[in-house]
Amino acid sequence: MPASLVTALIGLADDHLILGHRLSEWCGHAPMLEEDLAMPNIALDLIGQARALYSYAGELEGAGRDEDALAFGRLERAYRNLLICELPNGDFAHTMLRQFYFASFMQLFWQAAERSADATLAAIAAKAVKEAEYHRRHCAQWVIRLGDGTDESVRRMAEAVALLAPYTGEFFIVDQDICDVIAGGILPDTQTLQPAWQADVEQVFAEARLVPPKDVYAQKGGRRGVHTEAMGHLLAQLQFMQRSFPDMTW
Amino acid sequence: MSEAEEIPLWEVFIRPRNGLAHRHCGSLHAADAEMALQAARDVYTRRGEGLSVWVIPSAQIVASDPQDRGSLFDPAEDKIYRHPSFYEIPDDVGHM
Repeated sequence: MPASLVTALIGLADDHLILGHRLSEWCGHAPMLEEDLAMPNIALDLIGQARALYSYAGELEGAGRDEDALAFGRLERAYRNLLICELPNGDFAHTMLRQFYFASFMQLFWQAAERSADATLAAIAAKAVKEAEYHRRHCAQWVIRLGDGTDESVRRMAEAVALLAPYTGEFFIVDQDICDVIAGGILPDTQTLQPAWQADVEQVFAEARLVPPKDVYAQKGGRRGVHTEAMGHLLAQLQFMQRSFPDMTW
Repeated sequence: MSEAEEIPLWEVFIRPRNGLAHRHCGSLHAADAEMALQAARDVYTRRGEGLSVWVIPSAQIVASDPQDRGSLFDPAEDKIYRHPSFYEIPDDVGHM
């Protein structure tokens, strides 16, 4: 069990680190000052969640890898994040829709994980669920306003829906490497979260006057370390400092 | 039309603790009330400043005209007897 739990924790932590990094790229570039604070706020929440998960994974692994070693010291194939997290930001509509999809999913995930058989994970979930709830709320409001907004925002939102459609299926594909973690009641079975997530998306899309995508092929591979072209570029930026000056602190 | 004209301005009030009043802490731009409340949370409560947030459209605030300052406020200047400083407080009372 510990080995598969470490694998599961690293995958979950990678989702949060990589998406948090993507979101942090908006810092100083947001369309308005208020969002220039809101997006890095969300990014910091995600990176904080990643830290808690990496630290716990390192502790369970017992191989001397701390949160920094796990976050910055691995090769691309060792990262197990969902592909949706590593996609380039695109425009503001694309970023907000992706963030809404992820936050809606994670809110359900953490709600279920609050009942985890593992006390540390239950505690991480109890803190993270409040953060995810706010992220979902904030991003849903933007999806609604852009989806039901001006000609330009409607067009951009519809493009974002089409671009992201192949990447939401991976949320609900159960990673075969961590089946015993799910069976042991330590982490939720993401497959069971799909109906609630679908209902949440449909409700927000209805208000946003957006058409939900149907029957789109689900891209997968992130959980096995098979990434998109964007991942290498992201890691080059993310790891540069630790690769150049190993173990540096500031 | 400039962005400032399209996106309304809101005034933000934060209540830092139970028992204290909401205090004005700044302003921000937001399309509507819901977004203004979220922006206020993100802009003004990042360091644990608040337990409660109010946002009010700046356009709804009725302000006194600076030109009226003389007639509104100067008459209070020579009425020093309105300050509660003309009686002695016994030592036993301590700080009030």
